Amino acid sequence: MSCWDTLADYGLRSIGIGERLLPRSDFTLCQQVVLIGSGMIWNIYFGLVALVSGFLLATAVALGKASGHRVIRKLSEWFIFVFRGSPLFIQFFFAYFGFQSLKSVSSVFDAFSAAWLGALIVLFLNTAAYSGEIFYGALRSVPKGDAEAADAYGLSGWSRFRRIIWPTMLRLAWPAYTNEAIFLFHATTLVYFSGFPAWQQRGDALYYANYFADKTFNPFVPYPILAGYFILLTLTVVSVFGLINRRLNRHLPQEQRLRMRFRPNLIR
Amino acid sequence: MKQILLATAAFGLSASMAFAAAHSVVRLGTEGAYPPYNFINDAGDVDGFERELGDELCKRAELTCEWVTNEWDSIIPNLVSGNYDAIIAGMSITDERDEVIDFTSNYTQPDPSSYLALDGAEPDYAAGVFAAQAGTIQASHIAASGATLVEFATPDETVAAVRNGEADAVLADKAYLLPIAEEASDLSIVGDDVLIGGGIGMGIRESDTELKDKFSAAIDAMKADGSLNALIEKWLPGSATF
Amino acid sequence: MPTRARGTAIFSFCTDPSTLSDAAWLGCYLTTGKHMALYWSFGTVLLLLAITAPTALAFGFGGAAAARSRFLPLRWFGQAYIAIVRGVPDIAFFLFFVIALDQAFEYIRHRIKCPDWDQPVRQGNDFVVCAEAKLPLGNAAQWIHETYGFFLAVLTFSIVFGAFAANVLYGAMRAVPHAQLETAEAYGMTPRQTFRRVLVPQMWVYALPGLSNLWMVLIKATPLLFLLGVEDIVYWARELGGSKTPRFTDYPHGDWRMWYFFALLVFYLCFTRVSEIVLERLMVKLTYGQATLGGESQRKAAA
Repeated sequence: MSCWDTLADYGLRSIGIGERLLPRSDFTLCQQVVLIGSGMIWNIYFGLVALVSGFLLATAVALGKASGHRVIRKLSEWFIFVFRGSPLFIQFFFAYFGFQSLKSVSSVFDAFSAAWLGALIVLFLNTAAYSGEIFYGALRSVPKGDAEAADAYGLSGWSRFRRIIWPTMLRLAWPAYTNEAIFLFHATTLVYFSGFPAWQQRGDALYYANYFADKTFNPFVPYPILAGYFILLTLTVVSVFGLINRRLNRHLPQEQRLRMRFRPNLIR
Repeated sequence: MKQILLATAAFGLSASMAFAAAHSVVRLGTEGAYPPYNFINDAGDVDGFERELGDELCKRAELTCEWVTNEWDSIIPNLVSGNYDAIIAGMSITDERDEVIDFTSNYTQPDPSSYLALDGAEPDYAAGVFAAQAGTIQASHIAASGATLVEFATPDETVAAVRNGEADAVLADKAYLLPIAEEASDLSIVGDDVLIGGGIGMGIRESDTELKDKFSAAIDAMKADGSLNALIEKWLPGSATF
Repeated sequence: MPTRARGTAIFSFCTDPSTLSDAAWLGCYLTTGKHMALYWSFGTVLLLLAITAPTALAFGFGGAAAARSRFLPLRWFGQAYIAIVRGVPDIAFFLFFVIALDQAFEYIRHRIKCPDWDQPVRQGNDFVVCAEAKLPLGNAAQWIHETYGFFLAVLTFSIVFGAFAANVLYGAMRAVPHAQLETAEAYGMTPRQTFRRVLVPQMWVYALPGLSNLWMVLIKATPLLFLLGVEDIVYWARELGGSKTPRFTDYPHGDWRMWYFFALLVFYLCFTRVSEIVLERLMVKLTYGQATLGGESQRKAAA
């Protein structure tokens, strides 16, 4: 069987398209590369969706933590503390446990014990808490002059936030936020590993790497393949975030832009 | 299915010098999470059928043995890498495993696997949802059968999945499920037994034939004098004896 | 019914738990040998963190220094180390790296100690070295094996987190105002002197936010320890929490994993909180007298 056939059979195996049975003997390098790559679909799905949805909640949480309203502030602080202070491993456990018990309450919750939704919610809350803290830090360091200038222009409320505070906050937070995105993609490997069961042998890249390590009894091939995929993914994330960073800072003079670039290294 | 290796081990009375040097202490690797075969008792020590068997085998083979636990997932890679010298962890003798490691004589008859489900449930064996521990022969069996497979990292979680309705039934070694079915008021064994895998043997590195022969000889001796049967009856009631 | 090896109970009344009242039962239950192993494992985790943090910092320092070295291969090595290890999820690393590390050590010892060994080291799937090269030696006591496993875990954690620390320190070194370095040069210092006397002392305040963040991440990576063969708190919590039938224990119970994991959650939250407070104090100390915004506001507050 040529490698193209393998690609056709297993390229989309992780989402249930293609050959039903996984390879069971005579494992080729091609099969390992294709199936582990197929599993990356899930890692990208979890990472991307959680990142985008978490971004919105993170902004809200950051504003909440900076809010003058005591209840809102306390709630945001506790949310950030609990999700940043506990290992993802334990969060997955409780989420799976909790969603299982909710299932008996109402069939509405049936989908929640499946990884595609349940694990996504955990990752969403988790990244919202981490990014919320980053945004909060950035919000505090928005230069006083920016806010004063907004006031001078007669901006207030939503438009003041939307047009002045928010863009500056993003600019300041971006380097640290890039790191958070990398960590989030790495964290997606925990979904099937410790939290949620794999159905019909559809899992993420680590699930398939584990499968091959288990069948070939040789961990030195599948895990480095997995590592290679993740290095590529990390490079992609870094360059996409770099492009956005360039856009966020396009109004700054050349010298200051360079200074911004140093910041990524400051935080993690 | 793999034919049982009945080793006709001709093992010398005096072990070679190299063997003595490499095996002054023989380290036995087990999982410690698969009662009655092996589990961690209240005191925190390895206990179970294989603990008692392993200690007896070491006594007969005049070896000093030490017990270590290891995750099921990496139990074979760590053996071939030399972190312990033998696997004694309820591991069925299969062709795939036999390509990578060697097995001693089997110390149980091929143990049937069976399904455990909620009382009164009648799972659809062709199209239902079945739980199994990832990386076991039972998981491969369900995957091949066309039914829906749900995999968990530990045997414990597979049973929990049946309790909370995630899976219709769990497929595992009968000897593991039987005590659970007896104790739990809400679970019982359903359907016919499934015969997959050979008997259980100790896994040894392929390069370590001398150790394999020693253990095989001790196992054969225990088979011959009936002491193995006594152990099986004690720990694995209902399993076939030799 | 099989007989069980009974551990030595702490309380004399624990010999037959099935007859006990709830409180006494719980007292006996929580002091079984297995629970003692759980309590010990908390110590293991704390010890691991205590050793890993400085080691990872050392790796990070070496990596950062290499990445800005003027010697090209060394610079490539430093930058590759940072980029590759940071790019790979830590689990993937843990799953094969420990075995590789162990084999590498044994191979080196094998070459040194058994030069006249005639068999190949790789025999099919097997990795075979001479008995003298085994790490630890085959006849070593169990605690030596455990210590060695612990050492490998520390080393693996340090290599992974060293890469992140290297990245932080690399950034911190670049954040030190350039004028400081130019001044040092003007005073006639060699690059090496500038590095040791000017750059390194000043970089810490820039590095601390990143390093404290890293410490938090390190704390939360410890549940992965069981992948490295160390019986950590998660291993024991899982083992103790799983439902137990009366055949194999004196203390049968249902699925109690939730309670055990809840205890772990509390442990991690407390540990995080304590770390936050300590790191905050450290930051205040480090910024004292520094020409940064933080240092400036401290000065104003005092005045």
